Amino acid sequence: MALLETIQLEHLPQCHKVHIALYRDVKNAAFLHDQLLAGNASFEYALIDASVIVSKIHALAAAYRAVNDMLSDRLRSRNVHSEIVFSLSPNNNIAESFRRFGITPSTTSLLLIKITTDPSLSASDIASHLTTSIEGEALPFTDESIENVTDLARVRKIYKLNAGGGAKGKGGKGGKGGVNNVTSRVDERKELEVAVLGAIALRGATN
Amino acid sequence: MSIDALSPLPLPADQPPDLLHRATSSPLPLPPIFNNDPAPPELITQGAEALLYRTTYLLPSMLCALKYRPSKPYRHPILDARLTKHRILSEARVLVKCRREGVAVPAVYALDEREGWLMIEWVEGEVVRIKLNEWLKRRKEVDAQAERPLLEDPALKDFLGRVGTAVGKMHGIGIVHGDLTSSNLMLRLKEEAVNPADEEESRNAVLKGEVVLIDFGLASQSTADEDRAVDLYVLERAFGSTHPSAEEAFAEVLAAYGKSFKGANIVLKKLEDVRMRGRKRSMLG
Repeated sequence: MALLETIQLEHLPQCHKVHIALYRDVKNAAFLHDQLLAGNASFEYALIDASVIVSKIHALAAAYRAVNDMLSDRLRSRNVHSEIVFSLSPNNNIAESFRRFGITPSTTSLLLIKITTDPSLSASDIASHLTTSIEGEALPFTDESIENVTDLARVRKIYKLNAGGGAKGKGGKGGKGGVNNVTSRVDERKELEVAVLGAIALRGATN
Repeated sequence: MSIDALSPLPLPADQPPDLLHRATSSPLPLPPIFNNDPAPPELITQGAEALLYRTTYLLPSMLCALKYRPSKPYRHPILDARLTKHRILSEARVLVKCRREGVAVPAVYALDEREGWLMIEWVEGEVVRIKLNEWLKRRKEVDAQAERPLLEDPALKDFLGRVGTAVGKMHGIGIVHGDLTSSNLMLRLKEEAVNPADEEESRNAVLKGEVVLIDFGLASQSTADEDRAVDLYVLERAFGSTHPSAEEAFAEVLAAYGKSFKGANIVLKKLEDVRMRGRKRSMLG
């Protein structure tokens, strides 16, 4: 059973829908990876390694950037789905972005995004295709489920954010005590998300 | 790419003669991506270069500020595009750097340098100019002067200290703001229980909240003491003219600034020179 969430992103035309599904313990990543390499048209999805995603907003920001670039004819990669994967990247190396953010044969946590512009392809059509093609446990697309699969160290490495980083000032104040530790961890995650959004927005900026 | 490096600008042959038309049409149209909205962004304020809207990013629950730099019909189109691009990107870079280094500024959400827009975090709160004037007014009304002089009011001293620390932190990471005024500083809204019956407590709550620096449209990356001193000088002058009764209290800002980063004292020395001659350096000789 797929838990597909359909989101209408702010400022995008009404006909552009973003469908998102999250999985863990995916068993057939190698098969899915092969479908992408073969260019199988029925697998037109952005297949993202969920361990490098920090939050819902992080994933949605990449989708937003890709659709905005598509609407102004500025796609740098093959289609809007590959562009979402590329949009996650802090630099302009497309192949590297696929290796870092895209599905690999060893991926176990998978975030899948599908952009539709044609209302005749409904969310339930997509959901049933996912149910038959993805072998894994569906999770709701929430910050909580994403947090459980994030590899924070890897995210920091990819986005070149040294540990602590922006949250240092705030965390320092929080200091001791159980409650404060929880708040400072939430703050730290929030600051990581902010840094990542900035990197996505500025990718490709020259001058 | 620097503005100085501009090559001669050929006028594109297919340039539509709509320049005058664009100048007169109102209201200013937003970039196409914002024309899809059932509820259009709400115009908050307008500066010389940019329009500021309140809208949402990605989800209806995520408020954001949209800064739009419309093209200027009187500028050559190629120059116009370069300037807009340069300014959007430099503002975004400075904000990202500040945020990464722990300086309180709005987060960068998204941008489109070709269309001339930048989406940043919506900071809930009010600008320091309004907050400080409200506080000064309320204090005058109850004649708190009778108990202690303004310059010794701990709530004011604490607040000015936080302003000085915020500016110093920004300078310490190599950013100068370029347009520091009490309208470009905000106090982030802080929900706090205050006893409304206690006038002093509820008045002082006005000056609570994190000091957030905003509007980095004229900011640049610099560690020159001259640039830092000019930042302080501009703030000092703006402060003196917007809040004349608290002009002398500005020393509290400078005192906190002096302790905020290594090298701050040299900047304060430099500030004395800048005060003598004004913001612009003499071009003689």
